[in-house]
Amino acid sequence: MSDPVRNVPFRGGGFVATRKRGVGLLVFIVLLLFAEWGTRTGFISALTLPRPTDVLLTFQELYQSGLLFKHLVPSLSRLLIGATMGATLGITIGVLIGLFSLVRAGLVPLVAAIFPIPKIALLPLFVIWFGIDEMSKYALIAFGTFTPTVVATYAAVDNVDRTLIRMGQSFGLNWRSIVTKIVLPGAMPGILSGLRISLTIAIILLVAAEMLGAEYGIGAYILQAGSLYDLERLFAGVVILSVMGVVVSAGIAAIERRVLRWRV
Amino acid sequence: MDLKLDSVSHSYGKTEVLRDISLDIASGQIVCIVGPSGCGKSTLLRMLGGLEKPGAGRVLQVGAPPADCLNPLTFIFQDFALLPWRSVQGNVSLVLEDNNLSTAEKQDIIGDVLMRTKLSEFADALPKQLSGGMKQRVAIARALAVNPAVMLMDEPLSALDSQTRELLMDDLISLWTRQPFTAVYVTHNLAEAVRLGHKIVVLSRRPGQIREVVEIDTPLAERSYGDVALEQKQQHLWGLMRDEAAAADAELLHV
Ligand SMILES: Nc1ncnc2c1ncn2[C@@H]1O[C@H](COP(=O)(O)OP(=O)(O)OP(=O)(O)O)[C@@H](O)[C@H]1O
Ligand SMILES: [Mg+2]
Repeated sequence: MSDPVRNVPFRGGGFVATRKRGVGLLVFIVLLLFAEWGTRTGFISALTLPRPTDVLLTFQELYQSGLLFKHLVPSLSRLLIGATMGATLGITIGVLIGLFSLVRAGLVPLVAAIFPIPKIALLPLFVIWFGIDEMSKYALIAFGTFTPTVVATYAAVDNVDRTLIRMGQSFGLNWRSIVTKIVLPGAMPGILSGLRISLTIAIILLVAAEMLGAEYGIGAYILQAGSLYDLERLFAGVVILSVMGVVVSAGIAAIERRVLRWRV
Repeated sequence: MDLKLDSVSHSYGKTEVLRDISLDIASGQIVCIVGPSGCGKSTLLRMLGGLEKPGAGRVLQVGAPPADCLNPLTFIFQDFALLPWRSVQGNVSLVLEDNNLSTAEKQDIIGDVLMRTKLSEFADALPKQLSGGMKQRVAIARALAVNPAVMLMDEPLSALDSQTRELLMDDLISLWTRQPFTAVYVTHNLAEAVRLGHKIVVLSRRPGQIREVVEIDTPLAERSYGDVALEQKQQHLWGLMRDEAAAADAELLHV
């Protein structure tokens, strides 16, 4: 009688994020094909969901009539200016909170108090303060980007390895060097992942601001389409927003790959 | 430049960590500090380097550091404390950047210390690409770059495997024989202590007090394995340590 010989069963593996290209795209395509098939066969009624090809046609019209850029350019500039203001201020205040106990004691409760306010609710206030046109929209977007950026930044500064800071002090580095060469680079991963969230919030607020009073802009375009129950145009607008979200996220990912090459 | 501890005591809140420590650290000597876990060795070292204020007593510098010394009291940490976003070269240059040196001077120093620690080929590598032993060599290079009067080392080799530890110990000994430096070396490892120490300070369990100071006169370069005198010293140290460790364990049982 011989003892049975078999392979040791493999039970490791998994629980590791690996990069799978094209799968995300495939999910999009499958969903779109399903919607196309459903609307063509009547399985999905035209009132429930627009046909993807119709949305594409609408998009083409929008592009050819030149209206696309008329809406896109003001939206992008509002997003850029508002988000830059909010993120810059947020990172600055966040670093100050992280570095100075006095600032922390003074501002953390304030930030906690304004974080849960739906910023859209304050738009009328901003209109009174900054006027009906661009400035109030910038302010809304900036304010919305500001709070999550502050919180992410000071948490990131808190998480910088203290032994590295002690090392800096033990070599007699001056305060400025410690901040710029140890604290800020060490906080970078946290700040970038905070930006990922706050920039997405900025897009949401952009649309909200434009819905409440703008002639041109993606938000205004979506609002018009919605009030007419023009689902094709509504979806064309929504697709533009999604693309903006994807571009922002890809942009941050590219910056992370560049700046955070040192991470293990 | 000598260092002097004048009846230093320290407590964290209600825990008394160090009690009445007086010690002289003469220039050109390596002083090893051994003692049971938690007896305040790291705290003592941080006080010597000015990273912590003693609760009572004084930490004194006797005499001025040499003129070409950029950072008289320089640490080498157990966990290396390298900036992960800077290359080997960048990590060394970090500690020179605040010192008003010209680029050429900095380059000279960096080249020299990387050569002395056998790291020249790895100047552009990031810490994540290095093994533990190499990381600690970078930390040693960084410490040498500022030309310290006293090196403060807190278990510098304990994160490394035993072969690497041997190699680095040889490196330290050859660095010292070529150019004697002053060092305070905290360790758990009695073999390291008798290889490196001119003076070995045994601390008691918490609160740390000086139990005994053992002097070893054999020159560093002549200390070899199986040396009977060294072996005896190590046995003696182990006897002292074992009593303290056993007493510390017994105390834990009573809590
Ligand atoms: N910042 C601190 N706050 C409060 N207690 C501390 C602090 N640092 C150290 N201690 C306590 O002081 C005691 C001595 O700590 P220390 O790190 O100096 O011991 P050690 O001899 O270096 O120990 P080990 O051999 O484990 O490295 C320990 O009981 C520790 O818990
Ligand atoms: Mg310690």
